[in-house]
Amino acid sequence: MAVLSMAGDAIAPVGLTGRPVYELRGVSKTFARRNVHALDKVDLVLREGTFSAIIGPSGCGKSTLLKIMAGLQPPSSGSVVLEGKPVMGPRRDIGMMFQQATLFPWRTTLENIVLPIEIRDGKAAARAKYDEARQLIDLVGLKGFENVYPSELSGGMAQRAAICRMLITEPAVLLLDEPFSALDELSRDFMNMELQRICLERNATAFLVTHSIPEAVILSDVVYVMSPRPGRFVEAITIDLPRPRTLDTMADPRFGALVHRIRSLLDQGAFQ
Amino acid sequence: MMHAQGATVHGDVAAEAVPEQTIWAEHVSWIDRVPRWVSMLALMIGFLAVWQIIYLIELISPIILPSPLETIQDLFVVGKNLLTGDYMLLALWITTQEVLLGFIIAVVLGFALGVLVGETAFGERAVMPYLVAINTMPKVAFAPLFVSWLGFGIGSKVALAAFIAFFPVIVGTAAGLHAADQNARMLFKTMGASRWQTLVQLKLPTGMPHFFSGLKNAAVLVVVGAVVGEFLGGGKGFGELIRVAAAQLNTPRVFSLIIYLSLLGLATFWIVAWMQRRFVFWHKESVAEETLAQ
Repeated sequence: MAVLSMAGDAIAPVGLTGRPVYELRGVSKTFARRNVHALDKVDLVLREGTFSAIIGPSGCGKSTLLKIMAGLQPPSSGSVVLEGKPVMGPRRDIGMMFQQATLFPWRTTLENIVLPIEIRDGKAAARAKYDEARQLIDLVGLKGFENVYPSELSGGMAQRAAICRMLITEPAVLLLDEPFSALDELSRDFMNMELQRICLERNATAFLVTHSIPEAVILSDVVYVMSPRPGRFVEAITIDLPRPRTLDTMADPRFGALVHRIRSLLDQGAFQ
Repeated sequence: MMHAQGATVHGDVAAEAVPEQTIWAEHVSWIDRVPRWVSMLALMIGFLAVWQIIYLIELISPIILPSPLETIQDLFVVGKNLLTGDYMLLALWITTQEVLLGFIIAVVLGFALGVLVGETAFGERAVMPYLVAINTMPKVAFAPLFVSWLGFGIGSKVALAAFIAFFPVIVGTAAGLHAADQNARMLFKTMGASRWQTLVQLKLPTGMPHFFSGLKNAAVLVVVGAVVGEFLGGGKGFGELIRVAAAQLNTPRVFSLIIYLSLLGLATFWIVAWMQRRFVFWHKESVAEETLAQ
């Protein structure tokens, strides 16, 4: 409750430095037709090379926030600025990934990966990117599957291909909408570690939406906890566990303490 | 063996040596094991036998129900006429032309209207209700109109065939355009795809299986349309041969002509099914199962 009374002040993580890449100021969203106040004055700064996550109960406006950040929806008020330029629609320097890999079964892995280039710049440009796409395929460990159709890929492999497709345009920010939640627990842990490796290797700025507290903690430099209706950030928790983290990090008592803290924040929200 | 079983019954399992391998087969009922050709042949023989019995006990007057033997004999007569390029081949060729032209028109028209209805709000809100209204009309009743507009040649039959067959193509196309899921649409938006790109690269390929099931329905209906057109509008096609044979109470001839006509329908259906396997290679389905479902 004490935290909520701070409404209006920016809830910012401490101890993070780096060039701001993505900045949201006072972003609100109201759906007039349904009279729903989905987001209320959200302030957010994503710094270069950092991994942030938001976590909150369902219906807290997470997906609305993500759609606004992806340029799929306009905010009702506030400003959304990526790399100094306002986001007024979909942009090629925004990479996005969904819960489903959404690979197209009539295209091979390679053709799926260069699809964003083909849509924006045409077939010739897409073909010119094949070498780059192959390097990405190596990076995510899909070598040998360049020319197979998605029906031959497992769920985890399909998500690896989706990662390549997201990276091929060299986006300034990666928006991840529960990217591995459709995978089984084992693949999910493994893919999270792979995601960390890929992000560290490319110094990527990433923003994750998730329902899993351990997943948010293991991947992130900062976790934003959201409250529902209207969605707003309740607290920003800096995760100062050393990198690279491994699955053993989950056994670290500090990890347990952070998970516990976030869970108690969410429980407060649920019983208000 | 007897001893071993006895031991098990008495619960003395621990004393038994466990065999090296414990392989066993699941029981499959004989009806699921019969090879396809055997079951198909058995059904055919059964059908012919029932037919023969009905004929022999004169359950139905022999004048209107021929014997299986007569029908098979006539199949050879008609087959010979077709193979030697006589007047029946000409009639078949006329009907084939009507079927193919009607099919092409139904596909082009149905696809265009399907895209209009499935892709635009105008089409969905304003055009679709009229199309549904047209579809509820008994289309066969338009045959005399087509004859008076287009004459007794193949034009009126092509028109009726296309008219009867075009609606499933619209429905298949429109349903296919709605088949792309939310994630895929969002992905295309984030990639900055135009409406045209989304239609051509996402919605149409996703909708291909629906489109082809519409085509399969149309392939069957188009033969119906052509033959009904010939019944009602004369001409020189296969339908006319059937009509004349029926008028002469030459029932073996009617049966054998219908059987040859069904080959025409089967051929169009299989051409569509082949195209589907070729162009929608990612969509695995058993053509046989779908044929059965229709």
